[in-house]
Amino acid sequence: MTISVASGKGGTGKTTVAASLASVIPQSVYIDCDVEEPNGHLMLQPKFTLEESVNKLLPEIDYNKCDFCGKCIEVCEFNALINLKFEILLFAEMCHSCGACEYFCPQNAITEIPKELGKLRSGITENGIKFYDGLLNIGEATAVPLIRKVKAKIDNEKINIIDSPPGTSCSMVETVKNSDFCLLVTESTPFGLNDLKLAIDVVKNINVPFGVVINKYDETFEEMENYLTENQIEVMLRIPFDRKIAEAYSNGILPVNNSDKIRREFIGLIATIKKKIKSNVTQMTQKKQIFAD
Amino acid sequence: MKIAVTSTGGSLDALVSEKFGRCQYFLIVDSDTMKFEAVSNLGEQMQNNAGPKAAELIINKGAEVLLSGHVGDKAENTLRKAGIKIVNGFTGNEKVKDALNNYLKTKEN
Repeated sequence: MTISVASGKGGTGKTTVAASLASVIPQSVYIDCDVEEPNGHLMLQPKFTLEESVNKLLPEIDYNKCDFCGKCIEVCEFNALINLKFEILLFAEMCHSCGACEYFCPQNAITEIPKELGKLRSGITENGIKFYDGLLNIGEATAVPLIRKVKAKIDNEKINIIDSPPGTSCSMVETVKNSDFCLLVTESTPFGLNDLKLAIDVVKNINVPFGVVINKYDETFEEMENYLTENQIEVMLRIPFDRKIAEAYSNGILPVNNSDKIRREFIGLIATIKKKIKSNVTQMTQKKQIFAD
Repeated sequence: MKIAVTSTGGSLDALVSEKFGRCQYFLIVDSDTMKFEAVSNLGEQMQNNAGPKAAELIINKGAEVLLSGHVGDKAENTLRKAGIKIVNGFTGNEKVKDALNNYLKTKEN
């Protein structure tokens, strides 16, 4: 079972919610896919046991064979190669490792060479949460290949909580897709609402069932309430805008470890999500059966 | 000598484009005869790396000098590799032919 936590707007409390969920589930797996700025480790304090390099493939040109015909430049969708007629320039950060240049080179002058893109770290917390995160090297243009490697650590026997990058671009889509459920964390502000709408569009498009968590909740922000009511979107949890929560957080203490009430609410939240996933699975099987009949 | 100028249109009367990688046209002008070729810039629509792609085009057209408003880092490095002289700082208020004449005059002095 895989539950991703995404947001649209940054700073709404994805990591707080994701780490809190992982903390209240026995033997959970926490996967931080926000590889440009992973911070789940700050809250969960795992002991890292392994750090592996994750590579991407880059073209290397053999100038004894290259005749500067320009085929590689023509087939590169990402403008990563430039033909100077005496040298083929590679813009490594643009390269998506698709391999087209190597495949189409008429002179067989191109070989793909692995180059480190980032690190994949594995660890375990004091409470036995299995912890994984990715750390993208500075300057890399795309996080997707690293996110895929981090997501490969999903353990289908357990409950996996995935912390997504903010936004609604490729890296968020890659993180959230194929989840059994996605929690969208927002806040009671116009920015929070605007980006929540964008994030809802994405999860609907990739067919991931979702629910909303409002953090720093302010009941006087009516636009949020109106939008959610009009679109019949369920709010699964409201975390109050409370100085005590913020103070604890600034000392690295999760709200679930600071307030029994919030802890109970998170335990309730995970139970609700489990129920929803089960009913989705049943519906899907029923549909499949009807289809088969 | 061939001079490349970033331009907003396909003639010498068009205004200079301050943008390099995402200008509308490149005019490749022969400074001896003032004959020119206008090349529309595909980079205007490119998602990324438009600058180096534009540099590639200018290099392959055989230009030795580039007149433009501002050239980005990646494009600049590409042009320098091919030994192209970059003359920056032209504004979008002047016509291509005036920019050319100004450059040629300063060069003579």
